[in-house]
Amino acid sequence: MVNSLYGPLDDPSGNAGYPDGHPPRVGFFTDTSVCIGCKACEVACKEWNALPADGAHHDQPDLLDLTGMSYDNTGALGASTYRHVAFIEQTVPARESATVELGMPLASLPGDGGGDATEVRWLMASDVCKHCTHAACLDVCPTGALIRTEHGTVLVQDDICNGCGYCIPACPYGVIDQRKGDGGAFKCTMCQDRLGAGLQPACATACPTESIQFGPLDELRERAAARVETLHERGVPEARLYGHDPDDGVGGDGAFFLLLDEPEVYGLPPDPVVTTRDLPSMWRHAAVAALTVAATVAASFVGGRR
Amino acid sequence: MAEAHPVGFQWVMEAKKRGATVIHVDPRFTRTSAVADLHVPIRAGTDIAFLGGLIHHVLDTGSYFEDYVRAYTNAPMILREDFRDTEDLDGLFSGFDPETGTYDVSSWEYEGDDVGAAVGPRDDRPVAEHERGEIAGSGGAPTSKEPRRDDTLQNPRCVFQVLKRHFARYTPEMVHEVCGISPETFTQVADALTRNSGRERTSAFCYAVGWTHHTVGVQYIRAASILQMLLGNIGRPGGGILALRGHASIQGSTDIPTLFDMLPGYIPMPHAHREQDLETFIAANTGDKGFWGNMDAYVVSLLKAWFGDAATPENDFCFDLLPRLTGDHSSFPTVMAQAHGEVPGYFVIGENPATGTANARQQRQGLAKLEWLVVRDLNMIETATFWKDGPEIETGEMRTDDIGTEVFFLPAAAHSEKDGTFTNTQRLLQWHHKAVEPPGDCRSDLWFYYEIGKRIKARLAGSTDPKDRALQELTWDYPVDDTGEPSADAVLREINGTGPDDTTIGGYTELKADGSTRCGCWIYSGVYADETNQSMRRRPGREQDLAAHEWGWAWPANRRVLYNRASADPDGKPWSERKKLVWWDAAGEKWTGGDVPDFPATTAPDYRPPEGARAAEAIGGNEPFVMQSDGRAWLHSPAGLLDGPMPAHYEPQESPVSNALYPRQRANPARQEFHRPENRYHPAPGMPGADVFPFVFTTFRVTEHHTAGGMSRWTPHLNELMPEMFLEVSPELAALRGLENGQWCHVVTARSAIEGKALVTERAKPLRLGGTTIHQIGVPWHWGSNGLSTGDAANELLSVALDPNVHIMETKAATCDIRPGRRPRGPELVTFLADYRWRAGLET
Repeated sequence: MVNSLYGPLDDPSGNAGYPDGHPPRVGFFTDTSVCIGCKACEVACKEWNALPADGAHHDQPDLLDLTGMSYDNTGALGASTYRHVAFIEQTVPARESATVELGMPLASLPGDGGGDATEVRWLMASDVCKHCTHAACLDVCPTGALIRTEHGTVLVQDDICNGCGYCIPACPYGVIDQRKGDGGAFKCTMCQDRLGAGLQPACATACPTESIQFGPLDELRERAAARVETLHERGVPEARLYGHDPDDGVGGDGAFFLLLDEPEVYGLPPDPVVTTRDLPSMWRHAAVAALTVAATVAASFVGGRR
Repeated sequence: MAEAHPVGFQWVMEAKKRGATVIHVDPRFTRTSAVADLHVPIRAGTDIAFLGGLIHHVLDTGSYFEDYVRAYTNAPMILREDFRDTEDLDGLFSGFDPETGTYDVSSWEYEGDDVGAAVGPRDDRPVAEHERGEIAGSGGAPTSKEPRRDDTLQNPRCVFQVLKRHFARYTPEMVHEVCGISPETFTQVADALTRNSGRERTSAFCYAVGWTHHTVGVQYIRAASILQMLLGNIGRPGGGILALRGHASIQGSTDIPTLFDMLPGYIPMPHAHREQDLETFIAANTGDKGFWGNMDAYVVSLLKAWFGDAATPENDFCFDLLPRLTGDHSSFPTVMAQAHGEVPGYFVIGENPATGTANARQQRQGLAKLEWLVVRDLNMIETATFWKDGPEIETGEMRTDDIGTEVFFLPAAAHSEKDGTFTNTQRLLQWHHKAVEPPGDCRSDLWFYYEIGKRIKARLAGSTDPKDRALQELTWDYPVDDTGEPSADAVLREINGTGPDDTTIGGYTELKADGSTRCGCWIYSGVYADETNQSMRRRPGREQDLAAHEWGWAWPANRRVLYNRASADPDGKPWSERKKLVWWDAAGEKWTGGDVPDFPATTAPDYRPPEGARAAEAIGGNEPFVMQSDGRAWLHSPAGLLDGPMPAHYEPQESPVSNALYPRQRANPARQEFHRPENRYHPAPGMPGADVFPFVFTTFRVTEHHTAGGMSRWTPHLNELMPEMFLEVSPELAALRGLENGQWCHVVTARSAIEGKALVTERAKPLRLGGTTIHQIGVPWHWGSNGLSTGDAANELLSVALDPNVHIMETKAATCDIRPGRRPRGPELVTFLADYRWRAGLET
């Protein structure tokens, strides 16, 4: 069976060769509208996966200092940070809180009667590996360390990884990274070692507000669509899904999100495309180029004979 | 709540998903504000003005729940003629003695009554002023049975009319001037609250201990209580005032108290110079009406649990062996006495006063004058090392060689390393099982106290000194496991209590005063009913109804909503179908419904107690507030409080503005102050030097750390999330003082200076009060000098000024200065602070 590299794909595990009857594809639906930024996901993840604390300076894990970027002091996903909570402080135009029909807009400066009517918005979102339907990291891995699991997730087998690092630039989200001193590539495993035992991933288990929901991807997509509809009804028109669409550039994410602003605001690429999308055509072009070169060379010999 | 109680906050988010409106009132914009429907920034220390504004709104617009208020609160009670309100006396209530700074509370009582606290002295012997708070017990109801009342609520001396007058000037404009909350925002809150209260709907107030950390802390809670009573939000599902405690099981350590003036179950601690025998103690502390009427059964059963067979009717059940109070032995006076060498020894368990208590320097001064100090903790906290590396060692104000305190550090087991219960804010006891053995020499607190008790008892076994009898007679025989760990389960069984046949009793109504029952804490009786540890129950919520009575066990009697008789009208019918909880089943002649009724089970709504009835039999069928001896919730407190029968807005000990409501009475007149060199207070606004400390600061917690850091600063996975001490300031204040995001700055008070990285954020906003701009600085209090993540402690900045009722310190509102850069170090800090005090006129 040939691995598909682009476009909708119902069953990545089946496509990867798992026989019928393999478990359903599972994933995360991270609803950022209920995230309280407690970072329990980060801690639970590190505890379960025995990851070291490495702060915001992933190359200097012993340096403990404040980033000054709101309450985010771990910076980004990395080889020892499989969950990362982003904190985004915004000043936005005050809006009537349609959710509760409270009436008056907020004043710009508390205590002022009126003014330019802006309010502070503090967005929080727990980021994670997207477990793409079409995972470029997996496609480029020369050793077979990166595999598609029976659950439809993407997993690095650290005992096979040789540290070549090809997967790092391949990831359209910048998720996977190499650990200094070890050399291997690391990222979220969706707690493969818990899934086999019938448990949920550590982050989803620890999340107190069900911002991180785990389950069969089909169910999560339905749940997410309903949640967006509810929020729209309650006057939160900015609610939108990200990574849910099988027609997007990665064939849909196994870990998708409900956001309250543009993806860029959260540090997410607006239109990710699997970096190996054009691999077949690249190979075709390379083959054509090779043939052209060969033909030209041959022609030159032929011509030389004249 | 999302910050400090993220796990409990899941239920707020659940309610929000179902359509609840979430309003967050806080000086700071926190993670709670981020997900609330509305954040209301408020000037720190002005909540009574805000709540008073809401009370005024509810009374003024007639949006109170009239039937509830008339039937279930003391709104109709007539007050004494000589009662005077703050409106009459420029901010004082009647009875104030400026000499002692205390109130004679008798004029606050009902007309024609001698009123006393429900649990506390009932006799006429004079009580020294300083003792009054200590002997009041749990506070509560008057002894009077039928005070005069006017059910039309028209009598000018009835509580309802007094309340109306008291809050008449708490208008939206006044709220704006005092709190910095715009009238528009105030109206949003008032509308949301009144629209979601009444027959068909209820609203809840949640607060964390920050609400109590004020010189008027108790009155904050009273103000919320008055509002909830007026709106009919007490004793009904979805209502109430929910106190989120400071850390796990603080509720439990109040119920079975670590408080100096309480015995288990809120029974007052006997006083050295008052009731000398059991009979007079019980007589003085028994309520005529309600469940405090059975004080004799609770006290005798407690003595039997403690002294076993040695406790007999002939020897007053060993009542004489109980320790007794001689005055205010609360935390701060004790520490100040330490500094004077009056306290030889000190146990510090699960607490870190060298960084975690207001005016940490004062704490260390006390620690340095002890003979011995025992610190039991998970980590080597600052309280155990102050003698070698405390801030005073660095500045040269203390020398290790001069400190005689012998420090014993004993490593403690964490909650996951021992069995036991947590009692949460809902009074729910939940058992936790030991997951792993504690490492090395770490031992549980239970093991420690059991061992030290055994060893002291062994040492005193032959003593003939009468003062050793208490320890000699104490029952001290818990089963232990292979590791020597006593059985926490056996302790819980003892707390529950046993009957004459030595099997567990089912609840406190089975307790007897004849010595035939034993019970370690009457309110917990039932937690081991049927010889089963009920706190271990874990039946999932989805398999039960909404109240989930088979998850853990809630005191008292597994009731989930206190005073739930109030969820039905005086005739016993639910106020509404939507909000029904407990109602009278006329056919079955009993109370029934979705919760365990908090009422005598078969007392019909039309029951009226006969003359001479007492205790539970004296509760009328239409009187839901069974712990109050008038059966009603109190809008005006005729007894039990020391600083006013109703809340009045007073400014904090330190604030940048004068009191707009009572210009002649700036701060709580009955607050406790301690004028000492290490505890200088800043000048009042308008006084010379006040402008040296122009800004407000408020202390706070973040999710990533726990209290004074003893559990979190040694945990790498938490430290990376919040690695350094920081100070939250607005862009406006940063511009004013030249502070830069991510760069060092320091906060200065008359007590000390601390440094941290500036976190300049739009979340912090200056408040406008009329023409004044108030800048508020957020100071997290998790840091100290030990551990993996270190930093200055916020408590260095604070003074000690206390609420008079419960002796709690004001940590949530004070004044300061802030400057860019790092603070001076070593001896330079001493001169730096002296200069500040000199400029403020506090030092010559």
